[in-house]
Amino acid sequence: MSPSAIPSTAPPLPVPERDRDSAPFWDALREHRLRLQSCDACERVRFPAMSRCPYCVAPEHRWRELSGRGRIYSWIVVRQAFRPEFAAEVPYALVTVDLEEGVRVVGRMDDVDSPAFDLAVVAAYVDHPEWTELRFEEMAA
Amino acid sequence: MDPFAGRTAIAGAGMTELTRRSGRSVLSLAREAALAACSAAGLEPTAVDGVVQYSMYDDSVQAEALGAVIGARDLSYVMDFAQGGQSAAHMVAHAAMAVACGFAKNVLVFRAMNGRSGVRIGQRAAVGGGTEFRYPLGFVAYPQVAAMWARRYMIETGATELDFGAIAIAQRRWAERNPRAVLREPLTEEGYLASRPVAEPFRLPDCTTEVDGAAAVLVTSVERARDLALTPAVISSAAWATHGFDLDMGSSLRYDDYLRNFSGHLAGPLWKRAGLGPEDVDYAEVYDCFTGALALNMEGLGLCAPGTAGTFAREGHTSPGGKLPTNTHGGLLAEGYVHGMNTVTEAVWQMQGLGGERQVPKNDVAVVSSGAYLSGSAIVLTKDR
Repeated sequence: MSPSAIPSTAPPLPVPERDRDSAPFWDALREHRLRLQSCDACERVRFPAMSRCPYCVAPEHRWRELSGRGRIYSWIVVRQAFRPEFAAEVPYALVTVDLEEGVRVVGRMDDVDSPAFDLAVVAAYVDHPEWTELRFEEMAA
Repeated sequence: MDPFAGRTAIAGAGMTELTRRSGRSVLSLAREAALAACSAAGLEPTAVDGVVQYSMYDDSVQAEALGAVIGARDLSYVMDFAQGGQSAAHMVAHAAMAVACGFAKNVLVFRAMNGRSGVRIGQRAAVGGGTEFRYPLGFVAYPQVAAMWARRYMIETGATELDFGAIAIAQRRWAERNPRAVLREPLTEEGYLASRPVAEPFRLPDCTTEVDGAAAVLVTSVERARDLALTPAVISSAAWATHGFDLDMGSSLRYDDYLRNFSGHLAGPLWKRAGLGPEDVDYAEVYDCFTGALALNMEGLGLCAPGTAGTFAREGHTSPGGKLPTNTHGGLLAEGYVHGMNTVTEAVWQMQGLGGERQVPKNDVAVVSSGAYLSGSAIVLTKDR
């Protein structure tokens, strides 16, 4: 869809509906840091945020700061906006990334031609008016 | 002796036409499909004492409301199940359990939706706890989740987009023979490659076609089914599997093996309960909201080897005249998206010899699956002797 075809009444981009489990994640992104829950019992890092460890069900955890470095596990290139609020955004790439600390996360990449299997990427942070987005870019050689 | 296997049967199946704008209420669609199933079976609708249905985003009508409009006034078993493509075979299994346990005698199972003119599932932001992490990124709709699985399938197996294309092309050959199908034009490899990209690696023909319509089947005991009008399709097995679930059905970041969806986790119990194996299957009606899901379901059920679903389709095995006719209505890809309930009705019609121009030559054993990734269900049907 060409940008000119987008009605000026396009709804605004959504803002994350944070909850008690996820608030520290979003707060950290706002400071351009990547923090995820790490289970005190089994030490696995998890995403998305949830109150219990999905691997061992333990509730105790700490918020661990991560390197932001990882490799692409899978990706798609979105060519069709499935909701009107994203009509001006297409095309864009979404990548799932295996971070060095052993957890898989998802984010966008700006260049739709750059995602490739096992590509080394690093976290970037995009500030929106009300929240900060985790985005990925190709790691410099 | 297994308390479930072989005790119940589907006695009849019915559907409405499939359109892009029905101009009717969902309840009206449900009623038409339900009455068609009863009529096919030769059962008075007033004899129905159980109703089961499933819905997403509150897009259907309650099971009890259907009872009210077909004259089934007193119900002794009902079920409203709020899940999607996972549901169809599982709802048949529920009806069968109700019958086998004596809670009801004649149970209608239906799916009805204005899926094109009303609530469009493929464009809804998925519900559930993981949405807050995906929706703001534009990781919104289920086709995108499915495409992410498909890319990983390509990475791990070496499959190409043309392998997905081969699946869409094979199923279109069946749709050409199905007057109800919404996509009946032949699809070629060139046409596939030229089609509009949606969420790469998926193009438009990789994705189901949303429609308005309804499908229903009537489940009863094998003994009662034998007194009705058509050959009973005996429910010889059923299974459900959930694997790797965390917050919602779109959240598969922690999934451990993208080559093995729910079907790989239910195949063992499914075949064991049936006392049959994939090698015994005469035809397969396999859930295909996306070509990539069809591949995982075929491979998970053991109908072809891991990573080979595209090759299997390209070699013609799933097409008319092939050794394993698959999605003989054209599938959800080409007949239309009645959320997998039309996959069940097609299996029943083929077993009852009602397949018309697309009737398969051998119809003693069928497998029907429902679902795509983290969870789903399946049944095995065998022709009553």
